Amino acid sequence: MNQLDWQPSASLDVLERRAQLLADVRRFFYARDVMEVDTPILSQAAPTAPYLDSFHTEFDPLSSSAQRYFLQTSPEFAMKRLLAAGLTDIFQIAKVFRNSELGKHHNPEFTMIEWYRASLNYQGLMNEVDKLLQDVAQLPPAKFFSYARLFQQYVDIDVCTCNDVSIREKAFDLIQSLPVDWETDRDGWLELLMSEVIEPKLVFINTPIIVYDFPASQAQLAKLRQDEVGHMVAARFEVYAGGLELANGYDECTDADELRQRFKTDNDKRQNEGLPTMPIDIRLLASIEDGLPACTGVALGLDRLLMLMTQQASIEQVQAFSFNKS
Amino acid sequence: MASYSTNEFKSGLKFMLDGDPCSIIENEFVKPGKGQAFNRVKFRNLKTGRVNERTFKSGDSVEGADVIETDMEYSYTDGEFWYFMDPTTFEQFGADANAISESKDWLKEQYVYTVTLWNGTPLLVTPPNFVNLLVTETDPGVRGDTSGGGGKPATLETGAVVRVPLFIEIGELLRVDTRSASYVERAKD
Repeated sequence: MNQLDWQPSASLDVLERRAQLLADVRRFFYARDVMEVDTPILSQAAPTAPYLDSFHTEFDPLSSSAQRYFLQTSPEFAMKRLLAAGLTDIFQIAKVFRNSELGKHHNPEFTMIEWYRASLNYQGLMNEVDKLLQDVAQLPPAKFFSYARLFQQYVDIDVCTCNDVSIREKAFDLIQSLPVDWETDRDGWLELLMSEVIEPKLVFINTPIIVYDFPASQAQLAKLRQDEVGHMVAARFEVYAGGLELANGYDECTDADELRQRFKTDNDKRQNEGLPTMPIDIRLLASIEDGLPACTGVALGLDRLLMLMTQQASIEQVQAFSFNKS
Repeated sequence: MASYSTNEFKSGLKFMLDGDPCSIIENEFVKPGKGQAFNRVKFRNLKTGRVNERTFKSGDSVEGADVIETDMEYSYTDGEFWYFMDPTTFEQFGADANAISESKDWLKEQYVYTVTLWNGTPLLVTPPNFVNLLVTETDPGVRGDTSGGGGKPATLETGAVVRVPLFIEIGELLRVDTRSASYVERAKD
């Protein structure tokens, strides 16, 4: 046999399960009259989110008019433009790219199931994600917890009223591996507590967990809303299962001015942290100005779902060829 | 010494942390939601032998540690240091009690040990998996009993005590597994 390791990183059995999963996801959406779309991978604009690192390349690189194109980190912006143009319920199974993300649960190139629903509200979309997981992956019905409830239960703080200093103290208290000079902002501390303190506990709940109503400062592209007790929260949810973060969804913000402001704030944060600023997607903003219908949307990592279904510990074991063998 | 960014972290990488040389046991890349990525690193402090965890911001870098592992022959001890010789350069290195703590029961002249050097100083001496050692003390053997059932303690020339079958006598050479500190068989020479 050849010395060079050319073999797939997934077993042929797992690749067969992958093919079946792709077919099952399509069947799920076709049965619900959700239309399949495919949009460009290369874009002149890129998301501004500070901790999302886009790959880029040049068109006609040797010419004087060489132009930079970014590989999508998700098909979100293009799909929203399709919604603004009049489509209502669409899905896509897309290759997406995130630079510098490599590990047991991360491959810089992976497959995303992303869908948008003009005919479903926030709760309706969460229920549909739950239904999809039951239908294509035979997972048990999900349990729902608000972000605030999880922090109350596992960290013993009220995230809506707690000040930054006490959140920081909690983090040092509960995460022994943190070096004493660790610095970050409020959301940074909350994210650390979420992944180092709360997520390990969620593993023991044997159903998918849908966490909803994130802090308003972590809204990303979600609408803000008032929760049951009157606090402003982001209409954003995340799905966890078996120790994996599977999906992220929004009741989409349809206010172009608000989004323009958030993109700008992101770029300011990038500048402060010495990260490159990103070209804002002006066509997305134009389409939203012309009218993005009320809609909800979610992105779900297909590879991680397959890891869960086939009980593989590492993402490379569910991909034909891992990053190091590509 | 070179520095390494978190993307180069992998098990076995030797790096400096808080002034001590350490070796990575496990490295995990973590990205919480849409937040800043970090690395959860399990490592061994090579000076103390202790295993610990540390969180690093992804993209941070650490200084490499000048740590190498070499095979060396054990020569002798003066009570304070245990001396090992590099068989190619004949250079001698003195290891202190801390460095030989895992191997002191198995030190025999002319045997080859793996010596971990940091800036030229032995940090850790690891014994070979098997060594042959003489029995210096044990209860009289039971002739004819070769079943090996039951067993008895025997003290070896290095001071180590292992359980041996009843038929083993003082002066016999035994093959011993240093990882489990257990008798394997009678040795030929």
